[in-house]
Amino acid sequence: MIDLSTPVSEAAVRALKVGDEVTISGTIFTGRDAVHKYLHEGGQLPPGVSFRGGVLYHCGPVIIKDEQGNWKCVAAGPTTSIREEPYQWQVIRDFGLRGVIGKGGMGERTVEACKHHGCVYLHAVGGAAQVLADCIKRVPNVYFMEQFGAPEAIWEFQVVSFPAVVTIDAAGNSLHKEVLAASQAELAKYV
Amino acid sequence: MNALQDSLLELIRRTSTEIPDDVHQAILDSLEREKQGTIAANAMKIIEQNIALAKNKSQPICQDTGSIIFYVDCPVGFDQMNFEQAAREAVKAATKKGYLRQNSVDSITGKNDGTNVGPGAPIVHCHQHASPEVSVRLVLKGGGCENVGAQYSLPNEKLKANRDLDGCRKVILDAVLQAQGKGCGPGILGVCIGGDRATGYEYSKQQFLRKLDDTNPNPELDKLERDIVATANKLGIGPMGFGGQTTLLGAKIGVLNRLPASYFVSISYMCWAYRRQGVTLEATGKVQKWLYST
Repeated sequence: MIDLSTPVSEAAVRALKVGDEVTISGTIFTGRDAVHKYLHEGGQLPPGVSFRGGVLYHCGPVIIKDEQGNWKCVAAGPTTSIREEPYQWQVIRDFGLRGVIGKGGMGERTVEACKHHGCVYLHAVGGAAQVLADCIKRVPNVYFMEQFGAPEAIWEFQVVSFPAVVTIDAAGNSLHKEVLAASQAELAKYV
Repeated sequence: MNALQDSLLELIRRTSTEIPDDVHQAILDSLEREKQGTIAANAMKIIEQNIALAKNKSQPICQDTGSIIFYVDCPVGFDQMNFEQAAREAVKAATKKGYLRQNSVDSITGKNDGTNVGPGAPIVHCHQHASPEVSVRLVLKGGGCENVGAQYSLPNEKLKANRDLDGCRKVILDAVLQAQGKGCGPGILGVCIGGDRATGYEYSKQQFLRKLDDTNPNPELDKLERDIVATANKLGIGPMGFGGQTTLLGAKIGVLNRLPASYFVSISYMCWAYRRQGVTLEATGKVQKWLYST
């Protein structure tokens, strides 16, 4: 298990390889479909949000307000990342991300961007909304709540020991590509 | 809130927060099969922890609380409009309590009014039967697994799939291959052979009402179901697509008649977070018994 803290350095990211299990601690931001499309179309991040050296989480959480009026995350697993494939490379390039957390893997353009700019794709366990919400200790801020709605907003999370697996590294390797090729070859034996 | 609304709220709460017993058993079995120390085994351990945590905290197993699909079996004279109204109220209440995410979006404007009630949401299927019993089954199906569903029209030249059960087998296994880990595997397939494009998908989803350990009454389909699971589990896709022993926890196949010109195979994929519960109701609207969990 490798512990990462945000902001993450390029050297720390380049040292990671496919199959490494990591934990992430520090500040992470959520961003999914609406945010990616918005940034792709030239939108700017709101004041207070910086992705530089940071980790973006593909997640649409369930968040409620507690008795004291603070945001409380009650469920927060990853959403399917491949929908961001048309945009992710650009967000990595323009906003300086070092890590993207999601599920299901991403495609060739993201693999290339990870290699070129020094970023990794971190696979969290899809559906594990409670285990992952437990790692979110505080929700200090939310951005674009009105514009995009709660699941699509940018949420700022303070996380401790958030678990994930490196499935795309900064050397151009992708576990998703490997498993697809191997399973394809295997299936050919049975049909 | 009246008694019926209260019962439906409790049905939603338990569906969102508690995995049914049959599914839990299948997950425990698959955890046994994975080699200790692998990322697949560790993913299954997190899944197992998550199931316990969700139940103890009474919070959603998965943040994507999905499409809300009610299946109602009811006697002649049952007030369906009243039921649908109660279902909408229960959904709104469950959303306020955080059992459901604000999950229903206007497809044109992109607006989410935060209630989970709107055109097509929630979905209610009512079916009359000859018994006085009222049963309500609920499936919450997340978007990640819904997106990897597939519909094939046979023959399919590329997959060398003809209009027979072997052709069906080929396209079903192709759907598993295409899905990889994207639908949050290990998954469960609901399949419909036949029907039209709409009824085929609809009936494929109805297969999720079956228990994982049941037996298809049609021996040929039973054999096909078992073969699909066994073959899929040889592919090495594994939990989350990390590689590993368990790609599918189950496959359930139903059949509808088709037109001579059409031969559809419709495949719905359910994630491991297989949220399905059911109740029978007393005449007062109170819960009589739970159908899938003790």
